[in-house]
Amino acid sequence: MSVILILIIASLLVAGGFLIAYIWAVRTGQYDDKYTPSVRILFEDLKNNAESAKKMADKLRTQNEELKNDKQNQK
Amino acid sequence: MERIELQDTKVKTQLICYHCGDECPDDSIHVNEKIFCCNGCKTVYEILEQNNLCDYYSIDKNPGITQKKQTKRNYDFLLDEDLVKKLIEFSDGKISKVTFNIPQMHCSSCIWILENLYKLNPGIINSQVNFLQKKIFINFSSKNTNLNEIVELLDSIGYEPQLNFDNTTTIKKSDYKKLYYKIGIAGFAFGNIMLLSFPEYLSLGTNEFPELKRIFAYINILLSLPVFFFSSSDYFVSSWKGLKKKIINIDVPLALGILILFIRSLYEIIFMNGAGYLDTLAGLIFFLLIGKLFQNKTYDTLNFERNYKSYFPISVTIKKDKTETTIPIEKLGVGNRIVIRNNELIPTDSVLIKGKANIDYSFVTGESIPTTKVNGETIFAGGRQMGSAIELETIKEVSQSYLTQLWNSKAFIKDDEPKIVSFANSISKHFTIAILLIGLTAAIYWYFVNPLLAFNAFTAVLIIACPCALALSTPFTMGNTLRIFGKNKFYLKNTYAIEKLAAVDAIVLDKTGTITENGASEVKFVGEVLTDNEGSLIKSTVRNSSHPLSLAIYNLLVNEKLLPTDYFDEEPGKGITAVINGFEIKIGAKSFVSEKNIDDKEQSTKVYVSINRKVRGYFNISNKYRSGLMEIISELGENNKISILSGDNESERNRLQEFFGSNKEMLFNQSPFDKLNYITSLQQNGKKVLMIGDGLNDAGALKQSDIGISISDDVNNFSPACDGILDSNSFSRLSDFIKFAKKSKSIIITSFILSSIYNLIGLYYAVSGTLSPIIAAILMPVSSITVVLFTTLSVNFFARKRRFI
Repeated sequence: MSVILILIIASLLVAGGFLIAYIWAVRTGQYDDKYTPSVRILFEDLKNNAESAKKMADKLRTQNEELKNDKQNQK
Repeated sequence: MERIELQDTKVKTQLICYHCGDECPDDSIHVNEKIFCCNGCKTVYEILEQNNLCDYYSIDKNPGITQKKQTKRNYDFLLDEDLVKKLIEFSDGKISKVTFNIPQMHCSSCIWILENLYKLNPGIINSQVNFLQKKIFINFSSKNTNLNEIVELLDSIGYEPQLNFDNTTTIKKSDYKKLYYKIGIAGFAFGNIMLLSFPEYLSLGTNEFPELKRIFAYINILLSLPVFFFSSSDYFVSSWKGLKKKIINIDVPLALGILILFIRSLYEIIFMNGAGYLDTLAGLIFFLLIGKLFQNKTYDTLNFERNYKSYFPISVTIKKDKTETTIPIEKLGVGNRIVIRNNELIPTDSVLIKGKANIDYSFVTGESIPTTKVNGETIFAGGRQMGSAIELETIKEVSQSYLTQLWNSKAFIKDDEPKIVSFANSISKHFTIAILLIGLTAAIYWYFVNPLLAFNAFTAVLIIACPCALALSTPFTMGNTLRIFGKNKFYLKNTYAIEKLAAVDAIVLDKTGTITENGASEVKFVGEVLTDNEGSLIKSTVRNSSHPLSLAIYNLLVNEKLLPTDYFDEEPGKGITAVINGFEIKIGAKSFVSEKNIDDKEQSTKVYVSINRKVRGYFNISNKYRSGLMEIISELGENNKISILSGDNESERNRLQEFFGSNKEMLFNQSPFDKLNYITSLQQNGKKVLMIGDGLNDAGALKQSDIGISISDDVNNFSPACDGILDSNSFSRLSDFIKFAKKSKSIIITSFILSSIYNLIGLYYAVSGTLSPIIAAILMPVSSITVVLFTTLSVNFFARKRRFI
């Protein structure tokens, strides 16, 4: 029978943990704005894309310049 | 960016501004191959490009805000320490926090750029956007930057913050959080108590292990304590407030039920070795709070309580001994010389001293065509100067001005108490008395038959009759209706407004801006038919002006090509001159165009055109009534008394009669007070009045009416205090909205009958003294869930029928 008591206490502790997590979430303002975070998360990808795009553009530019130089040299 | 469109075999190349997506006349303003409509847009692009922030343009297409009509303001007043202290929310000397309202934000790109402000100004530590509230929260280092720089930065990229001291919207937040806490705790307790009550429901092992049953019951008491003392506190507070005013509201029987449930459960557990009804208690409160959350869902972005202060500037430029200084508006006194620039608001009643005043009073009257004033004339507060800077001398303090007085007049202050008692509240009085009577009768009966059951029967009646289903039907029906209205661009302040709307039997409409389309007008050209080239010349000329009449003409000339302008000049109040391809085009008042001195005052709606000094004719511009007006009026007229109030003169009476028929009441030359008095007189005749208006001049009437709805082209713009905001595009559905509100009310009545059936079943057990915890635990959630399902489904069904969803 005592095993039931231990289980009850354990289950209450687990549920209490979730309650505390919920209260923490409300307190830190996670329920204040339910829209913007959904957009913000998409910007994470953008940062990486932008960096790679910039590198790509730099690469292309140097290539173009080299080509131009080559052509001028040929002339 | 180029887009090629085929139109009537003519191939036309449309140039679109890379920044804001507006049409460009030519590609003269450009960076590389990106074309801009104006230098303002180009500047913003250059700022972003220099800082590697061009991702702005890749998130959404042409996300910018057009810079054409923006005039850069001087923000030096933000160096004033008193002012800065008021605006900054928190500062420890190193880090300061500030929040701005930015109504222009409209897309993901806006969020992105506003959250990357630190790249543009290293003094900004971080910035966070709340898109729904159109707010930005900025943390900045006080050492490296200041408020002035931040606001200038925001303005330079097109996001001019709204600066005012109206912070009424921020207060509500803590209430929201409290409700979330209450729901969380009630839900937690509900789940656990339910779990611990299962052995009791199913009679599992309760006889073999009686001490286990007791332990479970005591854990239940522990779990229910926060529910009773914290989560349900609102119901006790509200019913106590009601009783103090001698009103029995819906919360009284609820609070009574909750109290009895708790006391009887304690009694049974402690003294009778029973199980109690704590599961029912926790479940009831959990469901009720969910209903409350649903009902409280309001529109974050919209402000229904705005007053004139939120619209006024916080500073004003004054001129003293030929030097201009900026002072906070409270310090402005009588006799000061103030300078008002293009697009600035006149803060107090003043006399025009210098300059050409061309005042747009749309904020006050709803009429968007500016009026011209000459030196020495008095200009009332609330007008907006269009054109070059003017100098004025103040004759009243800001707090004494006509506008402020209008606002603070006692007649205009309406207490917040809802005038119409909600349906649930109106029947709760009879309901409470009825259940108390039934309970007492049962108690008296059992007192003589079997005294042991008397207490049981009495408390059981109060428990079972607890009108939770009734209390849930209103929030769910109305919350759902509110949401459906919102989808159709009709935003009501709260769910009470729906009940008020359902009760309406008289409708009062303002004319200007309400039944006429704001800004839009009926434009007709009178004179010899214009050639294509002439049309293009006129279109290209008016494009340079932001005057509403120019805009109206511009919109009329849809298919004409835009040509680059060589020269442009605007004389406020008179007209515009432009040179294009060697043609001189003059557009404006008759006297301006024909160069003959004709003093013709009524010409405000006739715009003359001359090309190379030859008068070609005029554009006749008249009010345009909203489309579908006639249908909507006849529909509304079936069940309601309809009246029109107008601040204008009677010139439109005949045209209005075409729409309204001659039997409708039409009153002209109405002052704001006349409008208010008219509403009051209707109410004294027992009418429930719906007032629809738009400008500040309707503010009093909107407040006095049972339900005031403000109509607006852009719901985020200013609107006077009201119960609801209707997007002008949805005006034609007004009658449907009212009918739907009525339907919602009848859904509530039906669901009340439904929940009464459950109550009657429960009462049978209650009066016979045989209510067991399991019956209560089944009946309560089942009745609540059926009611919630019924209301939600039927609201959706009728919404679909009326094509709302």
